[in-house]
Amino acid sequence: MKILIPTPLRQYADKKDAVEVNAGTVGEALTHLTSHHPELRRHLYTEDGKLRAFVNVYLNDEDIRYLDRERTPVGEGDTLSIVPSIAGGSPDL
Amino acid sequence: MATPTQLEPVTLSNDEILRYSRHLIMPEVGMEGQLKLKAAKVLCIGAGGLGSPLALYLAAAGVGTLGLVDFDVVDFTNLQRQVIHTTADVGRPKLDSAAEKIQAINPCVNVRAFQTRLTSGNALDLFREFDIVVDGTDNFPTRYLVNDACVLTGKPNVYGSIFRFEGQVSVFATEQGPCYRCLYPEPPPPGLVPSCAEGGVLGILPGLVGVMQATEAIKLILGAGRPLIGRLLLVDALGMKFRELKLRKNPECPVCGPHPSITRLIDYNEFCGLRGEEKAGQSNLPEITVEELKQRREAGEEIFLLDVREPHEYQICNLGGHLIPLNDLPKRVHELDSSREIVAHCKMGGRSAKAVEFLRQAGFQKVKNLKGGIHAWADRVEPTMPKY
Repeated sequence: MKILIPTPLRQYADKKDAVEVNAGTVGEALTHLTSHHPELRRHLYTEDGKLRAFVNVYLNDEDIRYLDRERTPVGEGDTLSIVPSIAGGSPDL
Repeated sequence: MATPTQLEPVTLSNDEILRYSRHLIMPEVGMEGQLKLKAAKVLCIGAGGLGSPLALYLAAAGVGTLGLVDFDVVDFTNLQRQVIHTTADVGRPKLDSAAEKIQAINPCVNVRAFQTRLTSGNALDLFREFDIVVDGTDNFPTRYLVNDACVLTGKPNVYGSIFRFEGQVSVFATEQGPCYRCLYPEPPPPGLVPSCAEGGVLGILPGLVGVMQATEAIKLILGAGRPLIGRLLLVDALGMKFRELKLRKNPECPVCGPHPSITRLIDYNEFCGLRGEEKAGQSNLPEITVEELKQRREAGEEIFLLDVREPHEYQICNLGGHLIPLNDLPKRVHELDSSREIVAHCKMGGRSAKAVEFLRQAGFQKVKNLKGGIHAWADRVEPTMPKY
């Protein structure tokens, strides 16, 4: 299945915009992703292993929070989208 | 969908009828729709990238009252994308520049300019005077402020945001639909998501997204079409791909849910961790000014200059430093000699501060941050160096 990497996170995924993984659930797919791209981990997960609240994960067009979260089963033709919040504009510094 | 709170007895003059003829001959607008547009009051937060096309098109369409909120001044680097401002406007308040162009396009528009920062102290009163709020801001604290104030005052929030070549558009804070917090309950910690100044932005992108926001605002006023309520439109300008994700109202949303825990506006800087970030910035990170660096290099001192910017930035201008982009630093730290004095720099001092912190934690004792970065060098030491 395909995982779409949003622009702000591509620098942590070897500049890729999509990654192919084999997985049975959303959780497995994300684990495969972060094991191949460990720098992505801290952007997607908090220190205690929870998905960060400003990052949303969609299975096709549905938010996984309203499915079965990381336990949601996934198939070959499915697409996982990572959708972080963006705000353009002014620098923090 | 949402219509103006009160259909005031507005009329269209013969001039206006001629001006809007291309609207009037369409059944989706017609006289009735044009009168709704004239009676409508739309508040645009931000007269920059998103605000530019937004304000221009809402004015052209005949929105009766346009409120503009911006405290900023037109900067030379804005002209690449903020098309309501011209070269002659550089240095002027954005509001003056924007109001002028709006009136030139359409003198029938009542422009209400608010040259102020939007704050928890003024947002509620301000929003109550309008029907629809369009969020064209550039930072997380204001986005949460706008969202919460829209929910608390019952005004739809036409949301748009951009980054590099990607955008998001939706309509939040309607009664049946979700709000921004339903999608993103928490902001990212500062520094985790780069801004336009750090990440860059394709000039056309706010044009694309801003006009979509104008479109949604007009649809809400007319009660026409299907607004992006409960729908998040994702735009990828490079692939010219548009995708749509379903958004749901979060039953436990602290602001728009049935049991809200947020019933008044909060300190949004604190919420976004920016207070904490300011304190961290004041920590005793060893620094060197550009003047000191110049002096010491001229005196022949052996300083190892580490440039943590990106290769394409190095091509614009550089100080001859050893280039290791910040994100590559952990894997390339072996290229550095901890027995030497190292001065780290980037464009403005932010990324290099992170590099210095990282190196110190890795045991480097002789590393300093170049305060103000290569920008400060171009400002104060070498004026012929380009700034970007």
